[in-house]
Amino acid sequence: MATIEAEAPTASLGDLLQRVEALEAQQAKQITKKNKLTIIAWGGSLDQIWPTTILATTAAASGMESSVFFTFWGLFAIVKPGVRITGENWMQKMMSVMNPGSAEKAKLSHYHFAGAGPAMFKKLADDHRVAKPEELISLATDLGARLIPCQMTMDLLGLKRADLIEGLEEPIGAATAIAEMRDAAISLFI
Amino acid sequence: MNVTTHTVDAKGQSCPGPLVALARALKDAQAGDLFELLATDPGSRSDVPSWAELSGNELLDAETLEDGSFRYVIRKVA
Repeated sequence: MATIEAEAPTASLGDLLQRVEALEAQQAKQITKKNKLTIIAWGGSLDQIWPTTILATTAAASGMESSVFFTFWGLFAIVKPGVRITGENWMQKMMSVMNPGSAEKAKLSHYHFAGAGPAMFKKLADDHRVAKPEELISLATDLGARLIPCQMTMDLLGLKRADLIEGLEEPIGAATAIAEMRDAAISLFI
Repeated sequence: MNVTTHTVDAKGQSCPGPLVALARALKDAQAGDLFELLATDPGSRSDVPSWAELSGNELLDAETLEDGSFRYVIRKVA
């Protein structure tokens, strides 16, 4: 009995050290999540950009870090209200005609009815005093949310920094968007 | 200690209006300040406690007033 007890600890010491080292290396690779919400705003329709801006604003109002990465159709929601046709070639120009800029002009994905749907929606929102996406965008930035456009889709759709609203962060790429999502406790694709 | 009490009247506003109004009022206030939030949004009954938990502020009181509206008392912590 005595010999077993004496041998066992010395034999496993090196093994134990190795295991501690392995654990430390594993821990170093682990991601520390922040109290943060990141939304990839892909959709530009009213029924997508509205929840996007509600959640981003509420997270910022709750003291969380909040960031929104605008890409594809989401980008049209942050075009300046006065900007009409954007882009350099006919394809980009046609795209901008099909997707009039700014959150105010966002269409409904269902029941659009040539604009009657969004008008009814906004009438209801006024009656219930729900802030509209364009109002929420400025509230969100006011509360410290970061709004970030996607550089690649800006180039693809022919949108320039000057076509977009004020108060945005510098455009970023997919890797930075992933870095944003990686350390966010909550990340959504809307 | 001087404790300032602020009143935030968010009656009539829907989600996330009351919370946004509250957060904006809190921004310029001192830690320890008290806030009275008035709201009519029924969603605020669950949203205000959730907001307090998320933001780390203290919800001291929540009540339904005689007219059916809601009154919350919050202490700014951070």
